[in-house]
Amino acid sequence: MEDYVVEIKHITKKFGDYKANDDISLQLKKGEILALLGENGAGKSTLMGMLSGLLTPTAGEILINGKKAVMSNPRDAKKLGIGMVHQHFMLIPAFSVLENIILGDEPTKGSFINYQKAAATIQALAQKYQLDIDLKAKVRDITVGMQQRVEIMKALYRQANVFIFDEPTAALTPQEIDQLIKILRALAAEGKAVIFITHKLKEIKEVADRCVVIRMGKVIATVEVSATKEEALAEMMVGRKLNFALDKQKMAQEKPVLEVKGLNVEAHKQLKVAGVDLTVHEGEIVGVAGVDGNGQSELIEALTGLRRVKKGSIKVNGKQLQNASARKISEEGVGCIPEDRQNVGLILPLTIAENLALKDYYHAPASKHGFLNYKLINQTGKQLIKDFDIRSQSETEFVGDLSGGNQQKVIVAREIAKNPALLIAANPTRGVDIGAIEYIHEKIIEQRNAGRAVLLVSFELDEILKLSDRIVVMHEGQIVGEIDPQHTSSEELGLMMAGKTPVSQNR
Amino acid sequence: MSLTTILMTVFSTTLIYAAPLIFTALGGTFSERSGVVNVGLEGMMIVGAFSSTVFNLAFANVLGSATPWISLLVGAVFGLLFSILHAVATINFRADHIISGTVLNLMAPALCVFLTRIFYSGKGQTPVLDQSMGTFTFPVLSQIPFIGKVLFTRTSLVAFLAVLVGIASWYFLYRTNIGLRLRSVGENPTAADTLGINVGTYRYLGVLLSGFLGGIGGAVMAQSITLNFSASTISGQGFMSLAAMIFGKWNPLGATGAAIFFGLAQSLPIIGGYIPVLSHVNSVWFQIAPYAITVIVLVFFLGKAVAPAADGQNYIKGK
Repeated sequence: MEDYVVEIKHITKKFGDYKANDDISLQLKKGEILALLGENGAGKSTLMGMLSGLLTPTAGEILINGKKAVMSNPRDAKKLGIGMVHQHFMLIPAFSVLENIILGDEPTKGSFINYQKAAATIQALAQKYQLDIDLKAKVRDITVGMQQRVEIMKALYRQANVFIFDEPTAALTPQEIDQLIKILRALAAEGKAVIFITHKLKEIKEVADRCVVIRMGKVIATVEVSATKEEALAEMMVGRKLNFALDKQKMAQEKPVLEVKGLNVEAHKQLKVAGVDLTVHEGEIVGVAGVDGNGQSELIEALTGLRRVKKGSIKVNGKQLQNASARKISEEGVGCIPEDRQNVGLILPLTIAENLALKDYYHAPASKHGFLNYKLINQTGKQLIKDFDIRSQSETEFVGDLSGGNQQKVIVAREIAKNPALLIAANPTRGVDIGAIEYIHEKIIEQRNAGRAVLLVSFELDEILKLSDRIVVMHEGQIVGEIDPQHTSSEELGLMMAGKTPVSQNR
Repeated sequence: MSLTTILMTVFSTTLIYAAPLIFTALGGTFSERSGVVNVGLEGMMIVGAFSSTVFNLAFANVLGSATPWISLLVGAVFGLLFSILHAVATINFRADHIISGTVLNLMAPALCVFLTRIFYSGKGQTPVLDQSMGTFTFPVLSQIPFIGKVLFTRTSLVAFLAVLVGIASWYFLYRTNIGLRLRSVGENPTAADTLGINVGTYRYLGVLLSGFLGGIGGAVMAQSITLNFSASTISGQGFMSLAAMIFGKWNPLGATGAAIFFGLAQSLPIIGGYIPVLSHVNSVWFQIAPYAITVIVLVFFLGKAVAPAADGQNYIKGK
């Protein structure tokens, strides 16, 4: 029998009548990288919550190094050598990296913190695991990648043997992901055990030894990664065959819907969009590729009426809409799936039905003489929940309680149900699981095939390449090129995004 | 009047008026660094001023010249007890910090004046203190030419103590692990909690320290400036301390410096009379100066100053 660092035996966790985890068992060996794969809401976070002491199991037990572990708070889990790297980093931006690492376990000399000793300990660890961190920098000044390394160091500093990474690559650039993968390998090589929660199949193939697939709170399969194909993993996760091919019909694409000319937009007194010309036709998806922060956000904000246009014109179906109010723009048939769904797209403390009514609540039939018609609002909500497959308990559930993918579906439902002439989608699939991605992509293509114009802004090159009929590349506020997705590669696109070949190329 | 004498007067008057503000601003710094907004400093000062005055009047004939100093501690203890209300309301019951602080400010003067009437046969103010904090001349330092006269002759000993407390507070907040943890719960309580730091405990520490120091601030005001207690003993000094804390960027040293600046502003009506050039100016201007300066400073600095990230946010533990 092998020695397991962590052994989860027949664990069940109920919330009321709902079984979030149903008789889950898994084992983790020393020096192993185990991927935990599952859609949002499959029960991964619940399981890890129990392993890190945030939740207590309803039934079953957890063995750490062969001994039964009782963990009633995160402190207990830390004592047992379990380190958690949260998806949303638990860091204090105003503190230095060093202070963030030692907080709660500070070495002291008398009543003062012994900063020298702390720094020496951490530097030794950093060297051993090749973690590049700047101890003196303030956390608010360092990159997301380094923030993650600080989180890893926090666990190492507390002598963790088991590392749980919750969706660690969600916010990282491709280079940072490569670096993270190196760190994961280094941890495993030093005999640490790693659990890697994700829904990105590529990364599992690249780094994990074994993969546990969870669906609806149950373990569906435990597989050796090297012997399993990506498609097979995806199917196990979703529970059905995925349709990766999209049905793009041939469209006329002649009549322009959105016409932008010489657009200048400023943010914080800096020119963020500089002389952009852009046209989107009926039945066409135009993809805007670019590295985050090159003016895409400001472009969308200007198009949707959230930011003043400095110069230039925006026309939708021939109507001048620059500097019109957001409501006016919406009424002229512009729908938007915004970048920041939790702050811009939704009102989290309102119900699903209320959020679905946000574009209509102010006029009949949703309201009359200033009073809301809740019967109708809830009825419409119920229908949209059904039509758009929003997984929820009822239409009166708070949107804030839904998973990311389902929150995004609420926005998609609201915007598409209005049949917009122009649909703007900004990173529509960021942070949502593979099933929801497939679904949202289908809906966008559906809009295109119905003869509507779609402007897609995304940082995911694969998404842009897959959906777009035309791709424009934005760099430092300008459109630096236009390419045909049929005749390009992600490498070429990547170079243009970096501003390497700022020439317009029409092939 | 010679230049040295004028400087000495300006300096010592400034310090006398600065001392209560320094203590109270430091108190505010501790509270807000732990994440609890404290607009109740004024109320805490009032309680400190009242309790210390009552104690002083009652024990002056027993304790003699040590009375004002012991009165400071009494003011501190009552300030601390009073601040428990704010701690319970904001930390345990998650009340809005501004509302809770306002309640303290409304309650303190009403309660203390009411008690004054009960204790002192219906009068709205206490008798004048016999034993108060006078001026102090440092034995050796005052012999230094010029500087000794300006800085260390007939000056406020308690103000020097306040500056020392300010320096100690800085070491406490920025060099000890308790200080680091106190600041962490004011910046990101969720992160602190995941590291096993009890958010409530450290916030209590912050609020109680503010009550303790605010109580001292009020006591100093009564023991060295007004020399009795009435409804007007504390008239905006708590808010000036709050302004000093903001002006000093929630840093003990900054708050101390800013409080000295406000002390100068407060001493203007007195200094104005001594300085020949200023003696013709209508004294009304000097009297409104401290308040006007407070407003101006807040307008210019409140926007720019960076408060602790979780200042004023109640912490609700995750499920």
